[in-house]
Amino acid sequence: MSATGLVAIGASWGGLRALETVLGALPEDFAAPVVIAQHRQADATDGTLVRLLDARCALTVCEAEDKQELDPGLVLVAPPDYHLLVEPGAVALSVDPPLNYSRPAIDVLFGSVAHAYGERAVGVVLTGANADGALGLAQIAGRGGTAIVQDPETAERREMPEAALWATPEARVLELTQIAPALTGLAGTREESAR
Amino acid sequence: MNGVDEHDEARERIEIDLLLEAIQRRYGYDFRGYALASLRRRLWHRTYGEGLQTLSGLQERVLHDPACMDRLLRDLSINVTEMFRDPSFHRALRERVFPLLRTYPFVRVWNAGCSTGEEIYSLAIALREEGLLDRTRIYATDIDDGALERARSGSFPLDRMQRYTENYQRAGGSDAFSSYYTASGASARFDPALAAGMVFAQHNLVTDGSFNEFQLIVCRNVLIYFGPKLQEEVLGLFGQSMTRRGILALGRKESIRHSTHADEYEPLVESEKIFRRRS
Ligand SMILES: C[S@@+](CC[C@H](N)C(=O)[O-])C[C@H]1O[C@@H](n2cnc3c(N)ncnc32)[C@H](O)[C@@H]1O
Repeated sequence: MSATGLVAIGASWGGLRALETVLGALPEDFAAPVVIAQHRQADATDGTLVRLLDARCALTVCEAEDKQELDPGLVLVAPPDYHLLVEPGAVALSVDPPLNYSRPAIDVLFGSVAHAYGERAVGVVLTGANADGALGLAQIAGRGGTAIVQDPETAERREMPEAALWATPEARVLELTQIAPALTGLAGTREESAR
Repeated sequence: MNGVDEHDEARERIEIDLLLEAIQRRYGYDFRGYALASLRRRLWHRTYGEGLQTLSGLQERVLHDPACMDRLLRDLSINVTEMFRDPSFHRALRERVFPLLRTYPFVRVWNAGCSTGEEIYSLAIALREEGLLDRTRIYATDIDDGALERARSGSFPLDRMQRYTENYQRAGGSDAFSSYYTASGASARFDPALAAGMVFAQHNLVTDGSFNEFQLIVCRNVLIYFGPKLQEEVLGLFGQSMTRRGILALGRKESIRHSTHADEYEPLVESEKIFRRRS
């Protein structure tokens, strides 16, 4: 079994392009489930984001439903206007008030990931123009998980990666194109884990 | 380091279990089957809000101070709601469900987890426009009597009306939305005639039983707060509370797919999570 139980990604302004780059470079048999909180309009309910991402990558991307199971290679995206949380093996949604003016909030997702997956969690903070995710990434790192931050120099907006680095200075700083290889290195592929 | 972590984890689990049991035994509210991830967040939120450091500390205060229990209860009942939330859902109700209701001489609707009432008023407005309100009784229930109190008042924040008007129009409303309320200070007071067929009651989906049979049950964004086992029980309760071929409407991201009750329903409007009993 892979040492990585779950990869959680947070993105905001410029996130679609960044997510396409990262997810698009993950292999079809990527061995960990992936959960994503991408800030967007509350009424962006037509599924465009998920469709675009699904078309661009080998993994299956869909909008998370309440209590949906986390399967290796399945990418679950927080629905607009819901917080996405995880419990061991499954997601849970909530309509708790927005945090950092956001719902989904990256901090809510990452906090639950840190708690449910501990040292088997990987948190990734991508481009964005606010500080959401900084606290959550520190929680993931604090519980022994792996923290990765997109190099602010290569981010469309640098504020969010910078805030994350400020809260978790020991995080690995990677250029956008290096993130997928790093995740594959951490989580492995299902073929490897079957060996 | 990891040893310590796991230890903390196990200890927290004990603290949560003991706290929930204390609440159940002292106050009768049973949160033990709620989804842990959200519940845990809310419990810590209250713990810090009380200036406390541990969940055990919260347990002590809750046991000795009913006012603290009230505050916790308010934290645990997430009342977030709006009028015509998810307009496409309300449009589907109007276009696909109301025609079925029209075949009954007298209609009973249960709005379970109605929160502060925005949803039941949305239902009432659409029912009136479709000529069904006069023969419909809507039962609105929630665990939170503070929320019910506000629902009963029929007044909602005036500053939300612009958004609600947009929702209403996107949901297929054709009248002037402003004709349904009068502004009074910071509130919009809704036409009392809308409330003529409304019945408000405190009802706990976890511990209270079935109290009537309904042609339509609307329960949105409540089941997400429950764990799988509790969801299962509540779906059972809904089954017992429906007429033949009754209709169940859930939230946009809720599902009955994983439930043993799934087979009892057929999708009526699948994309909007509206289901109909097969028998
Ligand atoms: C997020 S609100 C949903 C409001 C509305 N249905 C909507 O979708 O806009 C959830 C509501 O469920 C209520 N609730 C939570 N647990 C409950 C229980 N055990 N029984 C009845 N209502 C409950 C809360 O008090 C809260 O008002």
